[in-house]
This record gives sequence, structure tokens and C-alpha cells, in this order.
Amino acid sequence: MAVARELDALGTNILILPKSASMQDYYSADMQEEEIPEEYVTTLSTSDLSGLDNLSPKLSVPLELEGRRFILTGILPKNEFKAKMAWQGAGIFARPEGCGTVVDLPLAGVAPAPGEPAQRRIIEDLGESELLVGHDMAGELGITEGQSFTLMGKAFQVKAILPMTGTVDDARAFAHLHTLQALAGKGAVINAIEIVGCCEQISKGLVQKINQLLPEAKVVTISQIVATQVNTNHMMARLSLLFLVIMVLVGGASIANYMYANVYERRREIGTLMALGAGPKLVLQVFLLKALLLGVGGGVAGFFLGSAAALWLGPRIAGVPVLPMPILAFWALVVAIAIALAASFFPARRAARLDPSVALQEV
Amino acid sequence: MLKLESVSKSYKHRGRVVNALDDVSLEIGKGEFVSIMGPSGSGKSTFLLLLGGMLTPSRGKVHLGGVSVYDLAPAARAELRRQRLGFVFQSYNLVPYLTALENVQVPLFLAGLSGDRQRERARQLLDRVGLGDRMDHKPAELSGGQQQRVALARMLANDPEVILADEPTGNLDPETSGMILDFLQSLHREGRTILMVTHDPRASAYAHKSLRLAEGRISSNGAQPKIHPCPSTDTRVEHQI
Repeated sequence: MAVARELDALGTNILILPKSASMQDYYSADMQEEEIPEEYVTTLSTSDLSGLDNLSPKLSVPLELEGRRFILTGILPKNEFKAKMAWQGAGIFARPEGCGTVVDLPLAGVAPAPGEPAQRRIIEDLGESELLVGHDMAGELGITEGQSFTLMGKAFQVKAILPMTGTVDDARAFAHLHTLQALAGKGAVINAIEIVGCCEQISKGLVQKINQLLPEAKVVTISQIVATQVNTNHMMARLSLLFLVIMVLVGGASIANYMYANVYERRREIGTLMALGAGPKLVLQVFLLKALLLGVGGGVAGFFLGSAAALWLGPRIAGVPVLPMPILAFWALVVAIAIALAASFFPARRAARLDPSVALQEV
Repeated sequence: MLKLESVSKSYKHRGRVVNALDDVSLEIGKGEFVSIMGPSGSGKSTFLLLLGGMLTPSRGKVHLGGVSVYDLAPAARAELRRQRLGFVFQSYNLVPYLTALENVQVPLFLAGLSGDRQRERARQLLDRVGLGDRMDHKPAELSGGQQQRVALARMLANDPEVILADEPTGNLDPETSGMILDFLQSLHREGRTILMVTHDPRASAYAHKSLRLAEGRISSNGAQPKIHPCPSTDTRVEHQI
């Protein structure tokens, strides 16, 4: 139960999306092209499925205001709030306390006290001309509560500024779903339905039942997404570590091989140096100094070449912008010097221990 | 000056034990010029390396100026070589990517001299062997005789008491060989002890004592026939080479 509560506390855990929509579309603020009929909400709410604690249908359209991009999202307010556990963190919005039991918001109906921040008040409903504005959007556009604001040709009154969530919701305004549907001229359609599903019921096949009920929609669970992401991240971290270990071993082996070959090629010079009075310590120092210089050169070159490659290839291959990280210069130097010294130690020691007569090949 | 006490050196070659030196005892006094002759593979070079503290004997002791060379730690042995011994090799053993001046600087660097003092002393030495105009030349840009003269200048850098020369004229034509041997003789006249391994009886004739090494054992060749006129004591080598 405690685990179920913890999972529920994560908020929405089931998504209903159009068949063609990808999870990337969802995470980039429900901006997929395709929609699903709003009647899916009715279908779900009138079904005999248990474990559907909350349904939040959403429709989003892009906005450009003062040269900045925002999103206007249509919601069914009470439901939307119940699904947003981040907004409930301050104790305003209730969350379902039991599987399949939708609990009324305990403070619902309390009128907002003017001047208080949104998280200290309850917004039970959202009128057709009312607007909730995300924290960043309000800040960037200088929007304040109670202000009148025209969007898509319709005058809205800002009902509240939402607290910062650290998500895409901060650059979003919320209007009533039906208002936005009318403004967008799209009819009774939505982009997604976010569902707070009881995890116990999910484990008993809730997702499959929704799939059977809505065969034209894509039903996914957030837990799957999170688990997949976590697993993918772990796998990538392990792969990165594996590649690092392989690179360190291959690099180290190459340096060691080079140094062994170098000691062999220079044995006559080593012997001559010893004949002239160089001791084992000096010979060891000479080869370790060479390794140090190799490490410094390799580290500096590796940092600049690696950073340049990442800057160039990152956006082209992985589709992500990459910025140079100066701290990596330090680590590149430290790791390269450490590898070069460690890999060169035994060849250097071998050089220092060479019998001068063998080194001179005079015997 | 140099003393060998029952020194033996054996090593394995393709599974077979080879006795390079077999129970050799010998004493060489300060200021002697001794040549060591013998057929190829007789252990001449091994003998020289043993004397030079570069090859640990299988048995016996080697003393230099009363010090048991192989009872010293490797670092102390290296210091002994640097301070008291000078080596001349048949193949010169110059560092190919260093100039003549830098090659001569190497032992001076090992002695801890400052860069300026190294260069000053190296120039003097190269002037002495007649290579004042070749200081910036690399070994590949010098003839065999010139390379050996650079090697001689390098050998003299730390003013050694004992010179160990391993076939110093082995790669040189007779005329250049004579010049090198004259130079060694002049160094002997300065009071240095010289041991020279050679195949060449003419080179051996420069020495005052000749030893013969065969099958790991050493014997005296007796008095040296004079087959090469010794230059006068005041002759400067740089004028001859």
C-alpha cells in the first residue's frame, strides 16, 4: 500500500494518446498533430472500469506572444488539478486516498483570497473566459492576477498565476477545454487524456482493459515510460562505463606497447647513458617524463578534439545541442596523465633495470 | 688501480653454458696502457664491461681504486662510472638526434653542471679533438673518424682516471685509426690508465703491455714490439687528427 501511495504520488500514470503520437510528442507538451475525440472521456467515465481515479483530458495549441513561444492548453479544471500532484504539494489540492475512490477536494469551494499566491488558494473551477498562467509565462509577459488578457482573439481574465513546477507547464496558459476547442475550431477533440490510475488495478490489467475499450487510441503507462527511461539510462551509463574502461585499457595497452617498443629501440642509448654514469633512477625518470608529456599532450588534444566532435556530431547524430564543458579539460588531463604514467611504469622500470652490457649489445 | 680476483662470467646461449671468463685474476696499475687481444668471441668485450662495472660477474670480485665495484648498489656503481671511468666504443654510440656539442654535454649534464658550464666545457673538449667547427653537426653529418673524436671528447668530459676502449679503431681506416691511437697515447701520457680491446696488432703496439684472452682465460703477451713510432709528448692531438 505504501508503495502504491508512493507511485500514486507521482501523479498521472496512464496516458491515452492518438495512435500515431509518440511519447516524445507528449513530453514536448502534447503538440502532436493528431487528436482523439473528447467522447473517450465519457466512454471511460461511464465504463465499469475500476481504478480510474482521475481523468484529465487536454488539448494544446501553440502560441507566439511578444516573440516567445508558449502553449495554451484546454483543461477540465477540477480534474486537471487533481491530476497535478506537483501543484498539490503545498497541500491545497487533494489526491485520491484510495484505489478507485475519487475523494472530493477538501478545500474545494473556498474562495481565493486576493493577493495570496495561487498555491495558498483553491481554484475549484475555471470559467470560459478565465485563464491560469504558468509561472514563467507570467514572468516573461509581465502578467498579473486579475489582469485582462487577449488570446487568439478572445479576452480572458487571469484568474491565477501558477506556482513554479519546473516543467513545461511553467510556459503554459490554461483555459477551459471547451473554450479552447471553440477558439481553435477543432470541435470536440483532445490531444491526450491523463489518467491517475490506481497502481494496484494497473497491475491487474487496467491498461489492457482500456485498450479493449478504446481500440483506436494508444494507451501507455507512465510507469512503463519511467521504467524504460530509467532502464535505458542505466544501460547507457553502463555502456558508457564499459566504453570508458575499454578505451582506458586499449589506450593504456597502446601506450605500454609503445613504451616497451621505445625502450627496446633505445636500449643502446640507455646503455650509453648508463656507461656515462646515468643511474637507474634517472633512466626511470626520463621515461616517466616522456609518459607525462605524452599524457599532457593526449589529454589536451583529447579534450579539444572530443569537444569539437561532440559539438559537431551531437546535434547531427543525437539531435541534442552540446556545449563545451571546461571542467572536462581537467578530467581529460588527469585521466590521460594517470593512464600514460601507469601504462609506462613497467616499461620505464624495465629500462631502468636494463643491464648496460645487454643494452649496449656488446656481449 | 684495477684488480680482478678469480672473476668468472658465464651465461646461457641457446641452452648451452658459455664461459666468457674463467677464473681470471689480474692487476693493472695506475697509468698503465694495456691492450687486450684475442680471437672473436673470446670474451674481450665481456672483460672490458666487467672492468667498467657494467656486467656483474658470475663469481669473483672487481676492484677499482680499492673499491669492490659489484658490492656497490647500481646507483653508486653508476656514480663510480661517471666519476672515474671513460668508455670508448667501436660504434661510437653517439645519440643520433643530438649535435656533437649536445652529445658531449650528456655526461656533464649527468654530473649536474649548469647549461652554460656544460656548453663551455663541451666546446673546449671538441676544440681539443679538432672539431671546433663541427659542434652543431649531428652524428649522421660526420665521418666515422669525426664521430669517434666526438665520442672521445664525450669520454673526457668528466676527466676519467681510467679509459676503457672497446675496439676504438675497429670501424676506421688505417690513417684515421692512427690518429685516434695517437690521441689515446696522449691521454695515457696525461697519467690516465687505459685498457684497450683490439684485434689489430698495430693498435696493440701502442700499449705498454698486451694481454691475450682465449677461451675465457687471460695470459700475457709479454713485451710490446714497437711497430709504430710514438709521437713526442708535447704533440697536440688536434693537430694530428
